[in-house]
Amino acid sequence: MPVRDLKARTGNEAMAEAMRQINPDVVAAYPITPATEIVQIFSGFCADGLVDTEFVAVESEHSAMSACIGASAAGARVMTGTSSQGLSLMAEMLYIAAGLRCPLVLAEVNRALSAPINIHCDHSDTMSVRDAGWIQIFSENAQEAYDNLIQAVRIAEHPDVLLPVMVTTDGFIISHGLEAVQLLPDAEVKSFVGRYQPKYSLLDTDHPITVGSLDFTDYYFEHRRQVAEAMDKARSVILELGEEFARRFGRSYGFFEGYRLDDAVIAIVVLGSTAGTARVAVDALRNQGIKAGLLKLRVFRPFPARELAAALSNLQAIAVMDRSDTLAGTGGPLFHEVRSALYDLGSRPRVVNQIYGLGGRDITVEDIQEVYMSLHRLAAEKESLPPVQYLGVRE
Amino acid sequence: MEEMLEIRWHGREGQGAKTAALLLGEAVVQTGKYMQAFPDYGPERMGAPMRAYNRISNDPIRIHSGVTSPKVVAVLDSTLLGKVDVTQGMHEDGILLVNTSHAPGEIRSKLQLMGKRVYTIDANRISLELLGRPMPNTPMLGALIKVTAVVGLEELIDDTRRKLEKKFKHRPEVIAGNLQAIRRAFQEVRAE
Repeated sequence: MPVRDLKARTGNEAMAEAMRQINPDVVAAYPITPATEIVQIFSGFCADGLVDTEFVAVESEHSAMSACIGASAAGARVMTGTSSQGLSLMAEMLYIAAGLRCPLVLAEVNRALSAPINIHCDHSDTMSVRDAGWIQIFSENAQEAYDNLIQAVRIAEHPDVLLPVMVTTDGFIISHGLEAVQLLPDAEVKSFVGRYQPKYSLLDTDHPITVGSLDFTDYYFEHRRQVAEAMDKARSVILELGEEFARRFGRSYGFFEGYRLDDAVIAIVVLGSTAGTARVAVDALRNQGIKAGLLKLRVFRPFPARELAAALSNLQAIAVMDRSDTLAGTGGPLFHEVRSALYDLGSRPRVVNQIYGLGGRDITVEDIQEVYMSLHRLAAEKESLPPVQYLGVRE
Repeated sequence: MEEMLEIRWHGREGQGAKTAALLLGEAVVQTGKYMQAFPDYGPERMGAPMRAYNRISNDPIRIHSGVTSPKVVAVLDSTLLGKVDVTQGMHEDGILLVNTSHAPGEIRSKLQLMGKRVYTIDANRISLELLGRPMPNTPMLGALIKVTAVVGLEELIDDTRRKLEKKFKHRPEVIAGNLQAIRRAFQEVRAE
């Protein structure tokens, strides 16, 4: 057997490596667990002269995103990284980045929000800014984090899009877990991302523009509508770039990935690293003759409602797995979106919600198998299920 | 699909159990295998019991939960025995490797073990002799690859040398001591 060209990288190392290869003009960042390493390693690349990046060490995440927006408005290719409370502190500026159509890229490590204080993985941070106008791409493992970050640059900067993109990994599980990753040659990444040629720049004094203007009842509505339209146009861009990435590098990416879904009777829908664990559960159930399938959602914003509904339409029962909660008493954000997407179908699968893994609570193959077994009984009309359940919590 | 090997490391914060898991993972990747290496992330207090893990497979590893039923358990600090359930969830035919001056049989009776294979290595003595302080992680690695054959000795030595050369560029004696510790433990590990 020929030795595969694998490298040992944590999710954070893989994302920092992608940033080195992308070689952005500006990185402004403030450290926070478990995302610190991304910009820490990258600042080492800056100090060692491996990149041409202007690294701006700031005093808070609010300032980090502010500096990123300024640099992006000036026409620079800009990246940063953060997590959890850091993303929360950026929230005000995240909306501004999208509204000003700054195509910057954020490496985000999913971590729970306080209180109580917790440094481990859940998706509350990303979900809390789901309506900020950012494209949101989730990664199952370090390989996907690396591949997604490289694609994110092209998605953000596409003339039809011009929106910021955040690529996420699950805190510690992926950010700090060492895995085997296939890295691309520097030249291939540079050729894929190309040079950024901004259409507008604050520094282009021959073509002066206004950025951050007052926009009342006269045009605010139109400008927000344009953000929604850009998000809509991002759909085809994401798919085209996923195909181009597959042609060039052999790993394909779409809005989501189905695993043994085509002939499945029951399925779960899940984001991030748990999709990997769920594959193992699916294989085990298939060996027992239970037609279980999996849909791993990669792109949460824009939300691929139509495609998702088509992929799930023939199932009998679905459990949507949420690693965050809206606390509305009606389930998690992914559940809301998926159930809404299925509403227009002629005949709908039954859809239930499992909220799991808050604050990094481990989720095992056995946990997921039990979710499938409850769906199996539901589909066979042997059991009814409450719409929202909390998996593995002590009541 | 060939069976995936799962390893659990028990140590105390500061003894290098996480580093051992990472070094093993990196060496394994060089041979074209897939692997994971990760610790439990806790408060990280020096001396507190901690665990780290490896998964190794010829196929891509998709599972992302903790390791609960390891085939191999490596204990870097024998004072954990009886305080931490080091054999929890272990395979019946699993391998238990303990850093101790005692014989495997003595560990077996202390833990009242049925089944399993027990190995011991005096990693503290080896590291004291070669490095001047008790850093049991590299000798434990040497012993672990001897009893599991998960990667070859020279492959581990080559990869560990590359890793240590980055960190201890100006302290060649640390690199030489650690590599010698791996070799010594590889030879001295005791079976029942």
